[in-house]
Amino acid sequence: MSRELRRNLVAYAFLTPWLLGLLIFSAGPILASAYLSLTRYDLLSPPEWRGLTNYVVMFTRDPRFAKALQVTANYVLVSVPLQLALALAIALVLNRGIRALSLYRAIYYLPSLLGGSIAIAILWRQVFGLDGLINRALSLIGIQGISWIATPETAVYTLVLLRVWQFGSPMIIFLAGLKQIPREFYESAEIDGAGRWNRFWRITLPLLTPIIFFNLVLQIISAFQTFTQAFIVSGGTGGPVNSTLFYTLYLYQQGFSAFNMGYASALAWVLLGIIGGLTLVAFLSSKYWVYYES
Amino acid sequence: MTTSLHRTRRPVLPSMLKHGLLLLGALVMLYPLLWMLSSSFKPETIIFKDLGLIPRPFTLEHYVSGWTAIGVPFSRFYVNSFIISGLSVAGTVLSCALAAYAFARLDFRFKRLWFALMLGTIMLPYHVTLIPRYIMFFQLGWINTILPLTVPHFFAVSSFFVFLIVQFIRGLPRDLDDAAAIDGASEWQTFWRIVVPLATPALVTTAIFTFIWSWDDFFSQLLYLNRITSYTVSLGLRAFIDSQDRSSFGPLFAMSVISLIPAFVIFIVAQQQLVEGVSRTGLKG
Repeated sequence: MSRELRRNLVAYAFLTPWLLGLLIFSAGPILASAYLSLTRYDLLSPPEWRGLTNYVVMFTRDPRFAKALQVTANYVLVSVPLQLALALAIALVLNRGIRALSLYRAIYYLPSLLGGSIAIAILWRQVFGLDGLINRALSLIGIQGISWIATPETAVYTLVLLRVWQFGSPMIIFLAGLKQIPREFYESAEIDGAGRWNRFWRITLPLLTPIIFFNLVLQIISAFQTFTQAFIVSGGTGGPVNSTLFYTLYLYQQGFSAFNMGYASALAWVLLGIIGGLTLVAFLSSKYWVYYES
Repeated sequence: MTTSLHRTRRPVLPSMLKHGLLLLGALVMLYPLLWMLSSSFKPETIIFKDLGLIPRPFTLEHYVSGWTAIGVPFSRFYVNSFIISGLSVAGTVLSCALAAYAFARLDFRFKRLWFALMLGTIMLPYHVTLIPRYIMFFQLGWINTILPLTVPHFFAVSSFFVFLIVQFIRGLPRDLDDAAAIDGASEWQTFWRIVVPLATPALVTTAIFTFIWSWDDFFSQLLYLNRITSYTVSLGLRAFIDSQDRSSFGPLFAMSVISLIPAFVIFIVAQQQLVEGVSRTGLKG
């Protein structure tokens, strides 16, 4: 056996599990899903070719799809900027050589670690329920609260709060970014007489734009796929009146309650398109606002 | 002289104010968690009336009644969750480390192509492969088993961790590898005896996040497990919500608290790893 061949064989031996995984669990399913999205399929009878019908129906005759898109977009647009702004603000405060930094960092991070669990979704359901914690507190100052999770106008904002509450992980990323900014920049700016405000706008913010960009892309992608919390808070319905019908919840309902698996596959491809599109826009726009040191 | 003095002396009042605000913020953040913990020890009748954090009177009744409230004891869900999370961790760490070693240290044909594909699958939303995977597991007769939730992990499906470990191995000095090769060690020995021990921090990060993700997972468990005896903690809690009437939150809170224990223990024990994992890679936790 030549050395060349042996080297390749050894390397591919190491690579085999991943390679099989790629074929069986990613590449194969992607192709299958693309095909299924062009069919009607209910898992029991064979797929029935429908061409682009699923996509046409989605964009012209499916009000729940439009609603899901609107609910999710609204959620992403409101929650992600709030979450990142809070994360940045706290990171700036913590970055000034503060005592007990690691304690604060840990406390603020804890909600991010636990926030994805069912337990927290249950807690949220209670806190914003009719006789929940919030209303109890409000009643102390004489305000009679509503059930925040059962009211269509407010339900999605309880979930926005749940995301904002988890600002800890982007905050940690901001803190790591802030540490990279060389101290000399601030020192020479101070010698030039730049005030605190100026230093923030002229030094900190521009040098932090790559991190802001990274956090933004990451959070948009994850926010768009929010499922568990909406499922638990609405009992799987996306209610009240579809106000928490998040995109992935709708996909779940189509695929696994109605068994419209062709349609659900089409929904998945549109989701991929949206996420890919948003990421692309972020990347294209980045050259106008993200500052990279050359 | 005066200016330098001025600069080194810390202003006391603003600093105290800052700490005061930070502590207040921390309290606001933690309050719901602490309130849930404390409520789980309060008698049902006062849970909603009492905003305080100290359970008085103190009771363990919710833990007792919650444990068996939906027919199958909660310990069963706990064991099921541990089996699934444990296997997921073992599979992910092993298969991702193997692939990462190949990408970071070995030369082979089409390496760049595979590497690009690996990066490409990182950002791929799970939903695009969801339906065909479900169909495949359905046809294999794997529904209602733990196989759909664990087997893929043995094939390094979380490419993100492959990437994480590749980056880490690339940062390790090659001297030891070379020395081992001169001593006649095979690639496997080099991998197992030298690279794996040195890459432990990256492997621990991988293990921690894989554990927490699969412990908290709800979506796939909801799809693949629908027999109550194979329920995980997440599914058990969800079934619990449906079985409870709306006024009794005590047992639900008690079991929720129990479900958070593993993540909390990891938080206490591996805080440094968590923070580093997040800041280096943007992992969410």
